[in-house]
Amino acid sequence: MTTNTKQSQLAANRGRLFKDRATRWGVTFGGGMVLIALLLIFFYLLYVVEPIFRSVDVDKQYEFDIPGGGSTLAMGVEEQSEIGYRFNDLGELIFFATEASERLNRNIGDVLLSEMVTDSAPTAFAQTAPQNNRYALAHSQGLVTVVQPKFRVSFPNDLRTIMPVVDIISGSEPLQVDQGGQAIRKLAYDYDGESMLFAAVTDDNRFIVNKFVGSENFMTGAVELKANFTEVEFNGTVDELEVTPDLRQVFARRGNRVYVFDVAIDGSVSESQLLNVNAKELGNVTTMELLAGASSLVLGHDSGAISQWFQVPSDSGRQYEYIRKFQAAKAAITEIVVEYYRRTFYAIDANGELGVFHTTSEANLYQERPADIAAERAVIDPRANSLMVQANNKMHFYDLDNEHPEVSWSGIWQEVWYEGYPEPTYTWQSTSGSDDFEPKFSLVPISFGTIKAAAYAMLVAVPLGLAAAVYTAYFMSPSVRKVVKPTVELMEALPTVILGFLAGLWLAPVIEQYLPGIVSVLILIPLTIILLAFISTKLPQRIRQQLTDGRAALILLPFILFVGWASFAASPLVEQLLFDGNVRGFITNELGVTFDQRNSIVVGVAMGFAVIPTIFSIAEDAVFSVPKHLSNGSLALGATTWQTLTKVVLLTASPGIFSAVMMGLGRAVGETMIVLMATGNTPIMDWNIFEGMRTLSANIAVEMPESEVGGTHYRILFLAAFVLFIFTFMFNTVAELVRQRLREKYSSM
Amino acid sequence: MNHWFKSGKPWIWLTAGAVSISLIAVIGLLLMIAWRGLSFFWPAPIHEMEVQTPAGATTVLIGERYETEEIPVSRLNESGVFLEDYDSPVLQRYLIKVGNREYVPLDFTWVLEPSIVSDTTPKDLAVIERSKDGNFYGYPVDVLENGESVLSSQSNLREVLFERIERAVEFNEQAMDLQNDEISTINYQIEQLRLERRRLQLEGKLTAAEQDRIESEQAQLRADYMEIEKELFALRDQASRDAVVMRDMRGEEVTLPMYRVLDVTFPNDMNIFQKWGHFFVQVAKFVSEDPREANTEGGVFPAIFGTVFMVLLMSVLVTPFGVIAAVYLHEYAGKNIVTRVIRIAVINLAGVPSIVYGVFGLGFFVYMVGGTLDQIFYPESLPTPTFGTPGVLWSAITLAILTLPVVIVSTEEGLSRIPSTLREGSLALGATKAETIWRIILPMASPAIMTGLILAVARAAGEVAPLMLVGVVKSAPMLPVDGNFPYLHVDRKFMHLGFHIYDVGFQSPNVEAARPLVYATSFLLVTVIVGLNLTAIGVRNHLREKYRSLEH
Repeated sequence: MTTNTKQSQLAANRGRLFKDRATRWGVTFGGGMVLIALLLIFFYLLYVVEPIFRSVDVDKQYEFDIPGGGSTLAMGVEEQSEIGYRFNDLGELIFFATEASERLNRNIGDVLLSEMVTDSAPTAFAQTAPQNNRYALAHSQGLVTVVQPKFRVSFPNDLRTIMPVVDIISGSEPLQVDQGGQAIRKLAYDYDGESMLFAAVTDDNRFIVNKFVGSENFMTGAVELKANFTEVEFNGTVDELEVTPDLRQVFARRGNRVYVFDVAIDGSVSESQLLNVNAKELGNVTTMELLAGASSLVLGHDSGAISQWFQVPSDSGRQYEYIRKFQAAKAAITEIVVEYYRRTFYAIDANGELGVFHTTSEANLYQERPADIAAERAVIDPRANSLMVQANNKMHFYDLDNEHPEVSWSGIWQEVWYEGYPEPTYTWQSTSGSDDFEPKFSLVPISFGTIKAAAYAMLVAVPLGLAAAVYTAYFMSPSVRKVVKPTVELMEALPTVILGFLAGLWLAPVIEQYLPGIVSVLILIPLTIILLAFISTKLPQRIRQQLTDGRAALILLPFILFVGWASFAASPLVEQLLFDGNVRGFITNELGVTFDQRNSIVVGVAMGFAVIPTIFSIAEDAVFSVPKHLSNGSLALGATTWQTLTKVVLLTASPGIFSAVMMGLGRAVGETMIVLMATGNTPIMDWNIFEGMRTLSANIAVEMPESEVGGTHYRILFLAAFVLFIFTFMFNTVAELVRQRLREKYSSM
Repeated sequence: MNHWFKSGKPWIWLTAGAVSISLIAVIGLLLMIAWRGLSFFWPAPIHEMEVQTPAGATTVLIGERYETEEIPVSRLNESGVFLEDYDSPVLQRYLIKVGNREYVPLDFTWVLEPSIVSDTTPKDLAVIERSKDGNFYGYPVDVLENGESVLSSQSNLREVLFERIERAVEFNEQAMDLQNDEISTINYQIEQLRLERRRLQLEGKLTAAEQDRIESEQAQLRADYMEIEKELFALRDQASRDAVVMRDMRGEEVTLPMYRVLDVTFPNDMNIFQKWGHFFVQVAKFVSEDPREANTEGGVFPAIFGTVFMVLLMSVLVTPFGVIAAVYLHEYAGKNIVTRVIRIAVINLAGVPSIVYGVFGLGFFVYMVGGTLDQIFYPESLPTPTFGTPGVLWSAITLAILTLPVVIVSTEEGLSRIPSTLREGSLALGATKAETIWRIILPMASPAIMTGLILAVARAAGEVAPLMLVGVVKSAPMLPVDGNFPYLHVDRKFMHLGFHIYDVGFQSPNVEAARPLVYATSFLLVTVIVGLNLTAIGVRNHLREKYRSLEH
């Protein structure tokens, strides 16, 4: 060999070694990819879910001197947080920039527009629910001017430009709210798109309610207002007034008592309820506000507590009731600011501390002095993205990050008292047609549904799957086993969508129609089998030799088929004889149990069918791989086959059987299509076998396509998926660990 | 007796009973799907029944007997129906499909067995399959051309009818081809030009010359479009020349335009061979035609195509990863904690509910990866998403992760069956480990890999829940493969057999009419999946035998 060839060989070897090493790394990386994939799923789900448990971020942007003079009556911020406005006690409406813009030549705090709304300083002031965004200013002789700050958005050169406009709703003539012509001291006002409702207390201490009913003039198209004036009898002085935006109720607070008045369509007023606030427990009431949706009344107390009240059905109709309280601050609450659409509210106390709370989730999202200022007044924009606080003659502007206040750990897993419900419940109701809707995100009913569906499925699958596995592995002759095992395992390959479709469209009506047949099948088939077993021992020796235990499964086939058919064929007759031809009626009327066509029996059977092969396959392997010398030893010592099976084989294989059940459970918990198609998908909590359920997986399949990406609902559904992931992860990991241990044990035997 | 119970014999037989029940369940289920699915294609006889109404009068019903049901008389009584001279506690009732949807209030009606006065199957009764409003049942009376009869005598009615239908179907097909090929290509090109213009605009390169070029091309395309449209209208005119006059079960004569007629059959006048012929023609139509009438009629071709395409795409993705992971686990991994953790990960990947993969695929692939791709590569079509929306690529990737453990487990089993003597021999002859695996082990394990792949395909073909989130739609107007560059459109949404079953069975407006179609689709899907599984089992058994002989 010359050196030359040697060298080239060496180079070739180096190339081969390099390739070898590269393959090693590549393959190892590829193997690791499996782990990475699992971790990726885990952490991605977590990454999407995590923001719903974040608390509020308040980020200071800048501060500026309060634009315009006077003291503030009310303030607000426009939707894009570019322009703010305030009403002062001189009756002036002042718009100012809250975002600098070179293009429009605006600096932060610049007054953009300022207009006197009333000629003189207003005697009283009121504002509507935030989404209506109207303000009422009372001036001399019971007159009220209604004004709305508006924003005109235009797009010159494709760039958004927002200009403020003052819209005097009441027109050139102010509305005569008090027909007695007295000055108004306290005022509350709201409107429902057509009509307006005023509640007021005049200088001579009369409590008046005036409803202006709007009607469109067909000729001119102008809206004409017709006043419906009522004087309400009221003893003592009113401290505070509120009007609901549906114009149906007026709240008048006197000290620690809140009087609720109903207002009829025609404007007549009647007292409906008196709320006595327990001042001992909650403290004296300092302020009163309506939450978004106007179903809840929140009261601030001098103890720093805030209490929530809403209407609950009772014997005497819907009555306001004390629901829950928040310990919002250490000092007296001075102001409560509510959000436009969500049940979040912001509270300021006498020390200037700001708190952010959400009622449904009972979440305390934020509680401190933002950037160490003592807040006096606060306001948020319609999208709840920014917060403007007035403190010490300055305006402070904050970025607000409060994406998912409606979710908290306790709100998901504990009973919550939702608005309008008679008691705290577990409820899942994620969407509704109305804006005022309070989303109800309790995962309890759907987790319960998952467990219920899995339980019924396991009730079917465990006995059948395990018994079949034991028989196939231990008794069946090898030639039969070779056919039977793949056949049963073929069930696992059947698409669940087909099982679900059959369960929903074929099995459900069959079960409904042949209910007595189902029951008799359950009783008769085991009886038939035992009877046949008994008969087989009494047969002559010659036949008995053919009828070995190993062939029992095949011999039983025709008998089981016949008994099943006979049970169903006799079902209408049984129904006729025992239940007067109507089992369904019997169940609903006599037993008082709700009966759904797509019920737990259907799910149990269909999903049990899907789970049987999983359990069967793993358990069969476990029983079959029990070392033969163990059972042979037992038999040699004189034990019967059955004794050997129960005392030796099953005991040895029990970890494998356990892991088979765990795997089956994992499959039942995560199954989607069968439950989606075979149940009514109603999120109820009831073990009733004749009712359906809604499972985590079906819930995801139904609601995911319609949820808004990144929204609370979307993230909650990811949480549902995460819960499923964890459920099945636990089952599978335990099962796999047990199996690994078992395999080691066998290999040492 | 007590002794006998103690011997355990009854318990043994009970466990045997569990096996029997499982077997009955599997085989019964498969048989039922096969029976119901296939009988959909069989030409059912058309009955002409005289039925007595509760008022005492008789009416004529023409239609197929769709379902038979036994109900207790007492339940009928409860719903206010009373029968005289009938004392058996149960009776039969039939669900009759009377079709003729636009002329009768309900195209399905229940008939009680005792109320049938007479039941015949006249040979002249025809069923007309139409592209709209479902089947029509009745007697053909006349064939019209531009409103004039073209029959020379009654005897050649069928002949003329078949001939004219063939002609109309021909024109319809030509019109369809024009629409699907030329017109859709022009639309696609116009859309591409719009996107190109937008892209140039975004990049700031939209010069006057470019703009002129794009506009002239657009004008050219529009002119082409007008031409084809003219052709299309001409075809449609020709197709709508003829009509057929039918006498329906009310005894009235109705004129049906020929361009809506797809086929006419006389099932009562068929011998067994003709029936079989019709059966196979129907099966062929079912797998090759597009769905009609909100998926409740017609074929399932797009669903088959979508399923196959997605599954192929998935196979390309899953095979290399699955094989590499299996090779790692079996050939490279040491007996340590990492290997154990990876094995647990494999089991968990297999056990994680499929809907969780769907949620993950939607969030991660569609919105995160797809959204990012759109911003980088397709800014011109934003805000309309290209990859940032569910589509066939994301479905394939999601299912690839889902079926990864199937390939891993199967491949590893194959690897473990290869005798270690072979590895040792190869190494002893100086091959590196990589060479041994590449040249010796993998070729020998290829049937096992194949088995794994087949099982993965079977699993993916039947999986619906994740696909509902990451790309399946009830009706996809465009297939993911067509004649427009780049030919493969992996961003498109697709139809899937499994989802088709769910959608037609549970979301369609007329579940009753669609049910046989669902059974037929189920049968198709089950056949494919069971077939794939049996192949896999066969390959595996063959492999076992082969290696068993190698070991000795």
